[in-house]
Amino acid sequence: MTYTGWFIEQFGAGPGWFLANLTLILAIAFPVMVGVALAVYADRKIWAAMQMRRGPNVVGPFGILQTFADAAKLFLKETIIPAGASTGVFLLAPMISFTLALVVWAVMPFDAGLVLADLNVGLLYIFAVSSMGVYGIIMSGWASNSKYAFLGGLRSAAQMVSYEVSMGFILVAVMLHAQSLNLSDIVLAQKGNVLGVLNGNIFNPLLFPMAIMFFITALAETNRPPFDLPEAEAELVAGYQVEYSSMSFALFFLGEYANILFMCALIPTLFMGGWLPPLDLPFLYAIPGFVWFLGKMGFVFFLFAWVKATVPRYRYDQLMRLGWKVFLPLSLFWVVVVSGWLMFTGHFAGAPA
Amino acid sequence: MTALLRSAKSLLLLEFVSGLWLTLRYVFRPKATLNYPYEKGPVSPRFRGEHALRRYPNGEERCIACKLCEAVCPAQAITIEAEPRADGSRRTTRYDIDMTKCIYCGLCQEACPVDAIVETPNFEFSVETREELIYDKGKLLANGEKWERAIASNIAADAEWR
Repeated sequence: MTYTGWFIEQFGAGPGWFLANLTLILAIAFPVMVGVALAVYADRKIWAAMQMRRGPNVVGPFGILQTFADAAKLFLKETIIPAGASTGVFLLAPMISFTLALVVWAVMPFDAGLVLADLNVGLLYIFAVSSMGVYGIIMSGWASNSKYAFLGGLRSAAQMVSYEVSMGFILVAVMLHAQSLNLSDIVLAQKGNVLGVLNGNIFNPLLFPMAIMFFITALAETNRPPFDLPEAEAELVAGYQVEYSSMSFALFFLGEYANILFMCALIPTLFMGGWLPPLDLPFLYAIPGFVWFLGKMGFVFFLFAWVKATVPRYRYDQLMRLGWKVFLPLSLFWVVVVSGWLMFTGHFAGAPA
Repeated sequence: MTALLRSAKSLLLLEFVSGLWLTLRYVFRPKATLNYPYEKGPVSPRFRGEHALRRYPNGEERCIACKLCEAVCPAQAITIEAEPRADGSRRTTRYDIDMTKCIYCGLCQEACPVDAIVETPNFEFSVETREELIYDKGKLLANGEKWERAIASNIAADAEWR
C-alpha cells in the first residue's frame, strides 16, 4: 500500500490525502531548513578557509550550531516597519520569497521515486516558480520606501529577468536531450548516456558547455557573487533587504539560501545524473541514490562558495552585457548545435513527430 | 589576432580557473588568525591597558595625591580628592577614573613620580553597563593587587628606556 493510500484508508479520501501530503511536505521542508542552516555554516567555513581565517568555531562542536544561534537571535529581535513603508506589501514580500523558495522543492527527485510531486512538466514548474521569485524582491524594494532598497529591487528584477532567458535556452537543450520535462526522466535519461558507462550530461562534450553556463546563470539567479548586485554592500548597503529586520529579514535570508540549495540540487539533477552514481557500474549502486544525490549537492555547493571566495563583484553594465550579449547568443547558438546534432544522429527517431 | 585570442581566453574562463586554483591553494595554508579567546597574541611591556593603583611591598599605597596625573590627563578622566591622614601623610580619599573617557595615552603613568598609577597589560575588561566603567579607588587598588606581578616585570623590562 502506498503512503498516501494508508492515510486515505485511515482518515477518508479528503482528510487522508491532505494529511499524507502535509506530512510529506514537512518531511521535505524541515530537512531543507536544517540544510539551509548547515549551508550557511559551510559557506562561512569555506570562505574563512580560503581567506586563511578560522570561521565560526565556538558555538557547538566546530561551531556547527552558529547558524542556529544567529537564527535564535534574529527571531528574538523586534520587527521594525519603516514609517513610510506600505505595511502589507512590506510584510508580504519576505513571505513570498520564502514560500517560493520552498515550493520548488516539490518536484525535486531525491532518489528513484522519492519525489513529492512527480510532475511531467517539472522543469517548466521550476522555471515558473523561480521566475516568480523576483516578485518578493521587487515588492520589498518598492514597499520599503527607501532609495537603496528601491535600486536593489530594480537591479534584481532586471538581473533575474535577463538571466532567465539564457537559462531557458539551456534547459531547452537539456530537455531536448532527455526528451522529457520530468526531472526523474531527465535523470534516468542520463544513465550511461556517455560511452555507455558515464552517468551525466556533464561528461557529454555536447552538453558540458551548457553545464558551465547553467552554473553561472544559477549564480546570477540566486544573486550570488559575482552577481550579488541586488545587495551590493559597498554601494547599496544591503539592497532590497536594507529596511528588514528580525523575522522578515530571516525569511529573506532563509529563502535566499533555500534557493541556492535548490540550484545545488538542480545542477546535479540536470547535468550530473541526479541520484545515479557517476559511473554506471553495478557495485556503485550499492550506495543508496540519496547519498549520491547529497554528495553531488555538497560538491556543487562547494563550487558556489568557492566562486564567492574568489571573484569580485561585477559592475552593473558588465552584468547586463554578459547576460544579453554573451550568454543569450551563446546559449541560443548552442541550442541550435545540440538540436542539430541530435537530429543528425537520429536521436529523435522514436519520438512522435 | 590578439582580440581573437583574448575572446578565446575569456570564453574558456581561463582567468577564472587560475583564480579558483589560487583560492583553493589558500585553503591549505596555515591560518593567519588566532583562535582568540583560547590563543592570544604577544603584548609589549609598554602596552597600555586597564589602569591599576599599586602598593609598596609593605602594603602602603604608593599614591601621594600629588594630582599630577589629574592635571596631565588630556581627557580629564581622573578625579582626585585628598586630605592628610591621621599619621600626617597625604593620601587620596577619592581616586576615580572614568574609563569611558580615558584614551589610554599613558600620560598618567608617565607623570606619576612614585609609579602608583600604571596601565596593566589587561585589555579584557568589557562590562555590560556604563556605570561599571567608572572605576573608584577600591577597584583600581584591586587591579593593582591582581596584576602586580605583570606590572612589576613590565616596569623592570622597560626601565632602561625610562
